Amino acid sequence: MAELRDRIEAALKGHHADYIEMRVEEAEGSRIMYRGRDLEDIGRTATLGGCVRAMVKGGWGFVSFNSPTRLRDKVALAVRQARLASSEAIQLAPVEPVVDIVPPFIGKVDPLDIPLPHKKQMLDEYNEIVWSTPGITTSILGYADGRRRTALATSEGTYIEQRKVDVSFRLSAMARADSDVQQSAISIGSNGDFTVVQGLQKQVKEVAERAVALLKAPYAKGGEYTVVLDPILAGVFTHEAFGHLSESDFLYEHEEMKKIMSLGRKFGPPILNIVDGAAVPGLRGSFKYDDEGARSTRTHLIKEGYLVGRLHSRETAGKMSESATGNARALDFRFPPIVRMTNTFIEQGKTSFDDMIADIKLGVYARNWYGGMTSMEQFTFSAGEAYMIRNGKVAEMLRPVMLSGNVFATLEQVEAVGNDLHMNQGGGCGKGGQIPLPVSDGSPHIRIRNLLVGGK
Amino acid sequence: MLESLLRKASTVAEQAEVFHVSQRETPVVFEANRLKLLQSRETERIILRLVKDGRVGVSSTNNIKDQRGLLQRALEVVPYGTKARFTLPGPVEYPTVNGYDPAVEKMDIEDMVQLGQSMIDSVRRQHGDLQCEARVTRAVATVHIMNSNGCAVSYTKSVCALALEGNRVREDDMLFVGEHEVSPHPIRDHRKVTDTVLQQLEYARETAPAPSGPVPVVFSHDAVAQVFEPSLAIAFNGKTVLQGASPLVDKLGHKIFDESLTLWDDPLYPDCAGNRICDDEGVPSQRLMLVDHGAPKQFLYDLQTAGQARARSTGSADRGMGSVPSPALGVLIIEPGATPYKDMIADISDGLLVEGLLGAGQTNVVGGDFSGNVLLGYKIEKGRIVGRVKNTVVAGNIYQALKQNIVLSRDRKWIGGGILTPALRCQSVSVSTKG
Repeated sequence: MAELRDRIEAALKGHHADYIEMRVEEAEGSRIMYRGRDLEDIGRTATLGGCVRAMVKGGWGFVSFNSPTRLRDKVALAVRQARLASSEAIQLAPVEPVVDIVPPFIGKVDPLDIPLPHKKQMLDEYNEIVWSTPGITTSILGYADGRRRTALATSEGTYIEQRKVDVSFRLSAMARADSDVQQSAISIGSNGDFTVVQGLQKQVKEVAERAVALLKAPYAKGGEYTVVLDPILAGVFTHEAFGHLSESDFLYEHEEMKKIMSLGRKFGPPILNIVDGAAVPGLRGSFKYDDEGARSTRTHLIKEGYLVGRLHSRETAGKMSESATGNARALDFRFPPIVRMTNTFIEQGKTSFDDMIADIKLGVYARNWYGGMTSMEQFTFSAGEAYMIRNGKVAEMLRPVMLSGNVFATLEQVEAVGNDLHMNQGGGCGKGGQIPLPVSDGSPHIRIRNLLVGGK
Repeated sequence: MLESLLRKASTVAEQAEVFHVSQRETPVVFEANRLKLLQSRETERIILRLVKDGRVGVSSTNNIKDQRGLLQRALEVVPYGTKARFTLPGPVEYPTVNGYDPAVEKMDIEDMVQLGQSMIDSVRRQHGDLQCEARVTRAVATVHIMNSNGCAVSYTKSVCALALEGNRVREDDMLFVGEHEVSPHPIRDHRKVTDTVLQQLEYARETAPAPSGPVPVVFSHDAVAQVFEPSLAIAFNGKTVLQGASPLVDKLGHKIFDESLTLWDDPLYPDCAGNRICDDEGVPSQRLMLVDHGAPKQFLYDLQTAGQARARSTGSADRGMGSVPSPALGVLIIEPGATPYKDMIADISDGLLVEGLLGAGQTNVVGGDFSGNVLLGYKIEKGRIVGRVKNTVVAGNIYQALKQNIVLSRDRKWIGGGILTPALRCQSVSVSTKG
C-alpha cells in the first residue's frame, strides 16, 4: 500500500481546513445461508472504497466514494462542505500522530484459510442436526466471514494500516402449532478464529429442541419479579441499558444530560463495576486504533457503583476537556466515525449461581437474547429463554420474556454479581444507521430485584 | 460495461443476470439544534447471478471495474449453490409509474440547510428546552437489470426526506418526540413534521398514570407501521409460507381478521417514494390484494420461491442489503375506516394511545407477538388525552388483536414511503406498568 499512502498523503496537503482525515478500505468476504433444509445463498463479496472527512470551525464535511481516484477533488469537496457547516472553532482532543502498520489478530485458525467446501460441509452437518429434531418447522442457519484492510491518514501526520478478520455464525430454529410459532436462536462470533464456529453440535441440538419445547411452555404472568440474568443477557443489559448512556456524543452538547451523567454520581451498589475497551485483547470489539487514529483503551465506566468514565471521540473529549478513549468507530467507508462501544462488560463478582438463587421464593431466570433497545432512560431487552425460579430452584420453562425498565432505578436494584464472567461474541450493534458493528459484551450472572417482566 | 459482463457470463453459464444499483445521497445533518455535518455519499453495487449445471452462484462488488473477479467468484461458489427452480424473465412490457422527480437532485444545499434549521427553530420557539436532531436528505438511485434471456430494464427513483427528533430532559425524566416525511418530490415546507411534533409535545405536557390490564389501545399511524407491519411482512412472504412457518399457511380465503381489514401490496401506487416498475429480478410490478375484508388472499413470491412452491412470481423480489432476492412487501396499503382519527378515543373511558414502542420487533415476530416499552404514548381517560405515560409495557399478538372489534381511522398517513396506513384501535391489549 506504499503507493496508496503517497497518494493519500499528497491529496491531504494544502487545503484550508482545521482537520482532514481519509480512509481507504478493501474488504472481501463469503457467506453461506440455509433456509430450512435448502441452501439459499452461497456467495462472495469484494468491496473497495474510501471517504474523506474534513472539519472547518466546528462544521464537518464527509464524502464517501467507491473509486479511490481523483482523491484531491474529494478532499476539496469535503472541505467545501465543512466550510458551509462551520460556525465556531472547536478543539479536538489531542492524539499523538503515529505511523503504524498493525498485523491482524488471527486465532487458532484463520477462517479465510478454510476452503469453501469445508465450511459448507460443517454447516450441512449442523443443519442435519436441526432437521433430525422432531417438530421443527423451519430454520435459518447463516455463516459469514470477512477480512477488511483499512488505511487511515490524517492532516496531523498519522498514517495507520490495520487488518481485521471477522467470523460469525447464527442459527434460528422455528416450530409451529397452528398459528403459534416459537423460535430459538444462537449467535456466535469471533475476530478471526474459525474454531469458535466448529464443534457446535451440542448447542445446535439444544436450540432446535428448545424451539419445539417452547410451544408447550406457558407465558409468564406480567409483573415485577426478582430476576436473575445469565452472562449473555446481563451483557446485553450492560450494553443497552448503560453502555449507550456512556457514549458522549449524546451528552457533550446537552447540559441536562451532562448533569445526569456527571462523574462521581452513584449509579449502583459497591459490587457493580463496568468496563468498556478495545484494548481488552482477543475479542470481537478489539483493535489497536479507532477510526480517528486514537489508541484504544480500557475504560472503567462504573467503579464500585460510582460513575467514573465515559466513551469519547476526539470531538466529544475535546469539548468536555477529557482524553480520547479510542471509541470513534465507523461501520465502513460509507460512514463517518461516531462514538461506539467496543467490548463492554460487568466485572467478575463473588457470588456463585446457586447462592444467587437460593433465597428467591418466586422469580424469573432469564437467559440468552433476541435483542435490545434503549432510549436513554428506558430500556427494553428480550430474553431468548426464561424459567420460573421457585423456592430457590430453577423451575418450569416459560415463553421468551421481554424485560424493561428505567436504567437508573434498575442499576440500583442489582443485588448480586456472580463469579462466572463470560463474554458474548455474537453481537452486532446498531446506531445512526451503522449496523451491524462487531462488538462483544459480557457479565457474570447478576440478580436484579423488582424488574418489570412483560407477559400475559 | 454491464453488457460485456453479461456477455462473458452468458458464455459460461446456462442463465446469467446482472443487477446494478447506483445511488447518490446528500444528507444535511443537524445535531444539538444546529448544523453539524454535510455529507455526500455515492454507493454502487453490482450483483452477478449465474445458473450453471442447474445450480445458482452469486457474487457482488461495488467496484465496477472488477468484472473478472466478479465472474470468477460466482463460478467458484456455483458448484455448491442451491438448485435453480426458475427461468429468468425475457423481454416484457413494463407499467409506468411516477416515482422520479428531477427537481430532487437539483435541490440547493443551502436551501436544505435553511429548511432544517427553520424546522428546528420553529419547534424550539415554543419549547426552548427541547434538544433537536434533524436531517434533510436528497437521494437519487438508478437500477439496471439485464439477463441472458433478453430482459433489460432500468428505472430511476428520487427521494427527499425530512426527519426531526427532539428530546427533553428534566432531571431523570426524558421525553422523546419525533416525526419524519418522505416524498419522491422536493419537500420545501416543514409544517407537516413540525405540527406533529408540536402536537406530541402538547399531549405530553402532563404525565399521567398508565392504565393496567387489558384495555382499549389506539395505535397511531406510526405505531401501526412499527408494531403490525413486521409480522405481516413475514407472514405473507412466500418463503415463510413454503417453510410452513407462516401463521397464514392454510388460511387463504378464511376470515381470520376483522371484516374491516383490507390490505394491498401496490408497488405501482402513484407518487410515493417506494414505488417501482419492476422487482429486483426484472418481473413487472403489479397490484396485489393481500387481505380482502378479513380474509388473506395470496402470498408474495420471487422467481426461486415461486419455482419451489409451484406458484408464479408476484413481482415481489427484493435484494435488500443482500445479494440473493427474497420476496418482500413493496408498498403496503391498508384501506381506511370511517372514523376520523381524532374521534377514535371518544368512547374510551380508560385506555392508551401508543405513538411508538421501544423494542417492538424483538419478540416472536413470526408468530405475531409484539411487546415493548412505550416510548411515546398517552393515557386516555373519559375520551380525552390526559398526559404521557411512563414505564409502561404493551404486549400482545397481532392475530389476536386484529381478529375482531377493530376500528380503522378515516385519515391515512404515509410512513417512510412504503406504507400507507390508517390508525388502528384494538379493543383489548395487555398493558403493564411499574410504579
